[in-house]
Amino acid sequence: MDARTLLNNLFPAGHTVAFEDTYFHGTGTCRGATVAVLGTSEEVEIGVELALAMARDVLEVIKTAPKRPILLLVATSGQRLSRRDEMLGINAYLAHLAKTIDLAKRKGHPVVSLVWSRAVSGGFLSTSMLADLCFALPEAEIGVMNLPAMSRITKIPLERLESLSATSPVFAPGVANYLRMGAIEAIWQGDLEAHLDASLRMLSTRERRRVLGDSRGGRQLARSVAERVRSHARG
Amino acid sequence: MNHSYYEASARERMAAFLDPGSFQEFLPPTDRVSSPHLRQLDQPGAFDDGILVGSGRLSGHAILAAAQEGVFMGGAVGEVHGAKLVGLLERALITRPEAVILLLETGGVRLHEANAGLVAVSEIMHAVLAVRTAGIPVIVLDGGQFGCFGGMGIVAALCDAVVMSEEGRLGLSGPEVIEASRGVEEFDSRDRALVWRTVGGKHRYMLGEATRLVEDSIPAFREAAIALLGTRPVFGLEDLEAEHARLRERLERFGDCRESIEIWTRLGIEDPQSLPLLETQAFLAQVGGKRA
Amino acid sequence: MESLVYEYQGGVPIESPRAPVIAGVVGSGNLEILVEAEGPDDRCTIVVVTAATGFGTIWQAVMNDFVARHKPGGVRLSINDVGATPAVVSLRLEQAWEAFKGGSA
Repeated sequence: MDARTLLNNLFPAGHTVAFEDTYFHGTGTCRGATVAVLGTSEEVEIGVELALAMARDVLEVIKTAPKRPILLLVATSGQRLSRRDEMLGINAYLAHLAKTIDLAKRKGHPVVSLVWSRAVSGGFLSTSMLADLCFALPEAEIGVMNLPAMSRITKIPLERLESLSATSPVFAPGVANYLRMGAIEAIWQGDLEAHLDASLRMLSTRERRRVLGDSRGGRQLARSVAERVRSHARG
Repeated sequence: MNHSYYEASARERMAAFLDPGSFQEFLPPTDRVSSPHLRQLDQPGAFDDGILVGSGRLSGHAILAAAQEGVFMGGAVGEVHGAKLVGLLERALITRPEAVILLLETGGVRLHEANAGLVAVSEIMHAVLAVRTAGIPVIVLDGGQFGCFGGMGIVAALCDAVVMSEEGRLGLSGPEVIEASRGVEEFDSRDRALVWRTVGGKHRYMLGEATRLVEDSIPAFREAAIALLGTRPVFGLEDLEAEHARLRERLERFGDCRESIEIWTRLGIEDPQSLPLLETQAFLAQVGGKRA
Repeated sequence: MESLVYEYQGGVPIESPRAPVIAGVVGSGNLEILVEAEGPDDRCTIVVVTAATGFGTIWQAVMNDFVARHKPGGVRLSINDVGATPAVVSLRLEQAWEAFKGGSA
């Protein structure tokens, strides 16, 4: 699915989303509600310019449209891998973007994200993963690194990784694995407008990924370990 | 006694950083809370999964602190490692310490449990933001052998202050990662001088990303952290707009630079080539008032 | 990866109580050793998890040497190893044992 088809499916009642190269933003109408939309297409690498542009538009929504829901539709193959971006402090640009999304939530904007194409590492961390709720399309790709690259770096034979990934959701890319980890709330199939409408009604800012990851069997230690540190009796 | 921060282990750093004898560890090695995923991939785990978390005192002030061990898997974040840090940050919301201090040394997500690690880093980001929202400062120390990269580089930039030594490095994609995927022409990770000019403590200090630059000693990091204890988190709309303006200006002023030395020149440093060679105190004297 | 367990008897009971001690770090060519008081009094249990397989007899020799020298009793040593040489293992054992004897609970 391309970005324009996606937008038409999400907002059959109409939208004003404009494209600047691989970045798009604007508003859409979902069952009578106006939703701010920010997204990227073509699995773009997020560099300092794009991070700054997205942060600018999040701040703009906060200033001009109090409490308006925000939908993030970020397709990214990760952060831009460049010496120049590192020199300029790309980590600070992505952190700034993260802070603006966090501020929007604190100011009462429901924030929902939909991984519709691809989400990788730093680009995923600083956008979709900051939403109150993160959803995915079944055909989306989510991960840190493909198995051949992982095999090269960890020096673990590829066959070993492949056979283990059949049972373990912990390291192999895939939407189903992130669903089990609790990072993806649910997978959207069918009527996207209905899914978006429902998601805007179910918002809670409570961090529930550990609970989901535990109950879905993807992360069986994260919840209990964090709880043991949080409530440790001494100190 | 050697007080180098760079050379010390995470446990040595923590012991020497806090008031003597004040560290109270949560889930210590005797609890054996280590990674089940490493074992599955035939990798020996560590009894603390590469991070120690606990409470302690800094110049008498109650704080919570964490220290990552870079020698163990490059300080990388796995499920248990990340959960210990998340739990510590969330504990701060209950016990309200003067500050949470993070002695970071990490390459980011641990590939052997990449998905769990990535989600854990996201939870750390959420938790840092929650702690700051509650008015408790989060302070990062970065001066270890492995620097602070990957998602944890984003985490560092979410915090109230970052104390670095010249030896510290801070970024998102490590030089090795960039070289491996974009070629040695893009970033020669074995050119140590280039690496430090690009992501090292001095350059981060010039850009304003490192709040303070200290010499490579645990007491120097301690003094800097004590001085930052009064920091009060502010990141409302106006603060983020000011940050936005700073980052936009940085891009406008330096976006066409290929090398940090060009940035230092534009900042008005008279002999920019000499900056990497200066001792910390001489460096601070040389660049005073000229940071971005 | 390999797990090895060594049991010794006839050690000199440690003066209890002793706080547990950890020495070393799990990293290439290095290891961590956790020393804990654990009864019965004359017994010493050593549990090794090592990335390198097939070195059981060398581990046995290093441990025999350590136990003969210090006669540890009422102690459990737990080791995570990533291919440390016998010399490094011996050094870490000495450091861990010194720290353990020097501390109190």
